[in-house]
Amino acid sequence: MMESGPLTGPVPTDGSADGTHPRPAELSGVPAKPNPAAANPSNGQIGGTFWRRFTFRRPLVALILQRLGLSVGLLFAVSLMISGGIEALPGDFATTYLGQSATPQAVENIRKDLGLDKPWSERYLSWLGGAVKGDFGTSWASKNSVGEQISKRLGNSLFLAFFAALVSVPLAVGLGMLAVQFRNRLPDKIINVVSLAAISLPEFFVGYLLIMFFAVQYGIATFPATVYDSMSFTERLSAIALPVATLVLVVLAHMMRMTRAAILNVMSSAYVETAELKGLSMFRIIARHAAPNAVAPVINVIALNLAYLVVGVVVVEVVFVYPGMGQYMVDAVTVRDMPVVQACGLIFAAFYIFLNMAADILAIIANPRLRHPR
Amino acid sequence: MPEMLSVKNLKIEATSYPPGEPPKVVTLVEGVSFDVQKGKVLGLIGESGAGKSTIGLSALAYGRGGVRITGGQVLLDGKDILTLDRSGIRSIRGARVCYVAQSAAAAFNPAHRLGDQVIEASLRHGIMSREEARKRALYLFRVLGLPNPETFGDRYPHQVSGGQLQRAMTAMALCPNPELIVFDEPTTALDVTTQIDVLAAIKHAIEETHTAALYITHDLAVVAQISDDIMVLRHGKTVEYGTTQQIIEEPREDYTRALVSVRQTKREEAADQTGTQLKIEHVSAGYANGFKVLHDVSMHLPKGQTLAIVGESGSGKSTLARVITGLLPPTEGRITFEGKELPRALKGRSNDELRRIQMIYQMADTAMNPRQTVRDIVGRPLSFYFGLHGQKKTERVNELLDQIEMGGRFLDRYPAELSGGQKQRVAIARALAAKPELILCDEPTSALDPLVAEGILNLLLKLQEETAVSYVFITHDIAIVRAIADSVAVMHRGRLVRFGPKSKVLSPPFDDYTDLLLKSVPEMEIGWLERVLKTRRMESAGN
Amino acid sequence: MNLRSIPFSAWIGIAGIAIAIFCALFAPMIAPFGERDVVGDVWLPAGGDFLLGTDNLGRDLLSRLIYGARTTIFVALAATVLSFSLGMLLSFTAAVVGGFTDQLFSRFNDLMMAIPTLIFALVVLAVLPQHLWILILVMAVLDSTRVFRIGRAVALDVAVMEFVEAARLRGEGSLWIIFREILPNTLSPLLAEFGLRFAFSILFLSTLSFLGLGIQPPAADWGGMVKDNKDGIIFGISAALIPGAAIATLAICVNLVVDWLMKRTSSLKGGRGDA
Repeated sequence: MMESGPLTGPVPTDGSADGTHPRPAELSGVPAKPNPAAANPSNGQIGGTFWRRFTFRRPLVALILQRLGLSVGLLFAVSLMISGGIEALPGDFATTYLGQSATPQAVENIRKDLGLDKPWSERYLSWLGGAVKGDFGTSWASKNSVGEQISKRLGNSLFLAFFAALVSVPLAVGLGMLAVQFRNRLPDKIINVVSLAAISLPEFFVGYLLIMFFAVQYGIATFPATVYDSMSFTERLSAIALPVATLVLVVLAHMMRMTRAAILNVMSSAYVETAELKGLSMFRIIARHAAPNAVAPVINVIALNLAYLVVGVVVVEVVFVYPGMGQYMVDAVTVRDMPVVQACGLIFAAFYIFLNMAADILAIIANPRLRHPR
Repeated sequence: MPEMLSVKNLKIEATSYPPGEPPKVVTLVEGVSFDVQKGKVLGLIGESGAGKSTIGLSALAYGRGGVRITGGQVLLDGKDILTLDRSGIRSIRGARVCYVAQSAAAAFNPAHRLGDQVIEASLRHGIMSREEARKRALYLFRVLGLPNPETFGDRYPHQVSGGQLQRAMTAMALCPNPELIVFDEPTTALDVTTQIDVLAAIKHAIEETHTAALYITHDLAVVAQISDDIMVLRHGKTVEYGTTQQIIEEPREDYTRALVSVRQTKREEAADQTGTQLKIEHVSAGYANGFKVLHDVSMHLPKGQTLAIVGESGSGKSTLARVITGLLPPTEGRITFEGKELPRALKGRSNDELRRIQMIYQMADTAMNPRQTVRDIVGRPLSFYFGLHGQKKTERVNELLDQIEMGGRFLDRYPAELSGGQKQRVAIARALAAKPELILCDEPTSALDPLVAEGILNLLLKLQEETAVSYVFITHDIAIVRAIADSVAVMHRGRLVRFGPKSKVLSPPFDDYTDLLLKSVPEMEIGWLERVLKTRRMESAGN
Repeated sequence: MNLRSIPFSAWIGIAGIAIAIFCALFAPMIAPFGERDVVGDVWLPAGGDFLLGTDNLGRDLLSRLIYGARTTIFVALAATVLSFSLGMLLSFTAAVVGGFTDQLFSRFNDLMMAIPTLIFALVVLAVLPQHLWILILVMAVLDSTRVFRIGRAVALDVAVMEFVEAARLRGEGSLWIIFREILPNTLSPLLAEFGLRFAFSILFLSTLSFLGLGIQPPAADWGGMVKDNKDGIIFGISAALIPGAAIATLAICVNLVVDWLMKRTSSLKGGRGDA
């Protein structure tokens, strides 16, 4: 059959140069198909017959519940992997902590201090128990509470990411639609070449280029982008102008290319041809026939790119010396401050998993086959 | 009577973009002219690539992809629609001319209710009020014999069957009361027993509404039931144009004659059907998820003869082939070949057991590795089973190519450089290379045009005479069964309905399903549809 | 393949990659100064003896750029080749063997991909000692998850084709099926994917080096050079932008070639008529 599976498979990630999008195959095609086998949760038997009947009667709710459960499970597995992986990798923290001059006695003391003498499973459980309550222990380097530091910086990072999303999402969708409208004509080709170039630019290069022009040459923007508690909202906004611009430039090209592909896929479908042969106006074809079916893939594209945005924040914060999570984590990695690294890693992963889950669930909700079961 | 649609000297071109070469302009249709009057149906018939769909869409001034109408006139009620501007064309589409697509499943928008889609064009063009449109849709649902017409429109496309969708599509086309409807292979994707109902519904609806219609199909027997005139097309040009009666009963052109006579090949069945080269006993099979596809199937096949397995989609006929090959091990029962029980699974079979049973697929395209030449494709079984190499292998490949009437000049071609019929012949040569005793043919001709299919069937029969190979021939086409089978097995929903020598299976007394199946196959005869429908009505009255 | 069928944009890409590789191979012969030699004042402007000026320690920027090509391309290429071999091996095994093996590999891969690559790398590099081969290995393992995903999808697509079934029915072994039936039909998309992974590796390595976690000084590498010279930006000294531009140019060149390869793949599919 033409419209299902195989075709979308072998085409790699739609010209993108990053590898952070976990589900490229679904982007080019229709949202996840209602797979009868997938409706039965393979992980764990949740009350056999009751669940089976429930999936049959309310497939939508069942699938969403399943995705939620899956995400929680995934997050748990990730926490296990971060903690266990660190344990399994070679390298002794106490030695690293003290440097080359460590005496065996000092190492022993430090191990006791940091609690490294207890078995791993015990440490993992107490860490996880704390993490659920927002307590991530104390930093080895600064002896501050990690949770407190994170709560301050997380807000800053989200502030940055939120404004980057606010600018880039409408811009990307608009440009993507423009490219579709002028498909294979000059504007489309220009957008294609420019976006291909844009996905090849490293974040820090874009960042410094912007600093060079707007902060140094023309002096119309501030650098470094420091924010502190007593700043007013407008001051904050002007401080994050350049980091936001950088993030937008980095994420825009991806989002636009994927949006274009998703809309093109819908526009070339047989039902759009049917609408055209009904003599409907272009506006009505797009608004009534294309849009409801394009919403799911486009939302998917957006969610995936927001997930990418969360990661892009790390580099941009370092470039602009912005007091967010990313910088906190990078600093911690350089001094091997493990409680901070673990906590930041878990939080970043949680955001990533959450956004992917949101994309999945929105795609499920947008699927008429699931909303209106037989 | 005035012409509703009059097409004059139509020329249609397309631009193709072969990779790495400058764009090429290809002529798809040239010099085609015809007229359709109110209440009449013109059948456009031809093989794939004859340009019939392209011509049909030109009645809506529409070209798919890079297709452009570059010459001639399309007069709708005397006015050339090709000279209209955008909004002029829009006011015709969906109002005065409507279109019924081959795949209704893809042509309906999955996001909206069927009823809303059916009345959309009528509302948008201001032809009727919502209330009137609703009433008309209800009336059409009734005329087309849809179940629960009052609530049918509330359903979503994925909630109804393929045959119902096709009828809903017809209702959508009829709703605005158009002057002309273009039917583009509306029953091709359906099973025969569904096709006859849809065909009858379409015919009834056309008669009720007195609309004019273009009916596009590759099946002459279908078009004979529904159209008043027929135009035979080939390679974008008119071969013959006349009344249905003239085309069917006294065709003038050789090509038309060949089309009409395609299904008249017949072979007498073997008198002695007592041997059992292949024996299938009480076989059941299913998939890992517990879904059972075959239930207690038994049949047998004497050496050198042909067993046709006939059924519609979902009957389990292809699954049975997979069970015989060992790809899907049976859950119950056993299969004996040449007196020896075959290991259930592919893994358990020896190379010699594998060699003796070969397979030919429906799609020769996907059955051959596109990166291998004919020499590699046909040569591999030779070196794999017989250890042939170099000169000897080439000689043998050449022999095989001669046997399939192709010859050595095809040795170094890739599958993409062959026509559909040639590909299927190479696939046959690959099977023959193993010197098999049994060949499983899974619908080997159903993806091919009728004349090419005929050539393949004749080749298979010739090869059977030469090499005494047996065939298990899987098909949905009763005409092919009549042409080549010795014994016949009829399957329905995973069960064997009827099995025996062809003459017995295809003559009364019938069971219900075989009766329905045989009666549903269109015959190349004017008035066949009415006759069948009449007997059906009489039967239901009798009950 | 017809040389004339290669579009202009792809030629630009090929030329750019060729220049970079040439620099990498013959660095000691082309570079006017040594990789680690302090030859002048700090942050001298471009021109004169130093074509691109000097860096934060007074080393010749052009020479370091040329030597940097060596490190950057070598590490990125090594990581890509490694990740590709690993990902392909595992994905083709999963696709052909199927069943439990496939489930095990795929679920573990999903888990690995649930953590963003950069974050994963940061966590792992925080623990591991700083060695070049460890860096390559970490990059390769993280990237192989993406290769696995694509490789499995491509292999499964081909593995369900009837010509593969026909080979199975003939009695062919798994090796023949993988190397003679499946692999030739997946080369084009996989080649494009390789390019994509290479471009990503260049960017990823540069990012790590920029964050101070990649290649360690005094070895020259493009991302590290940006880090070294970033403090000059505030004084209007563009030394940090030059290696940044080099990274961007190389990545663009690779992407231009990939873009062409992908279009070629899709037009091949269209041309075969079984799409």
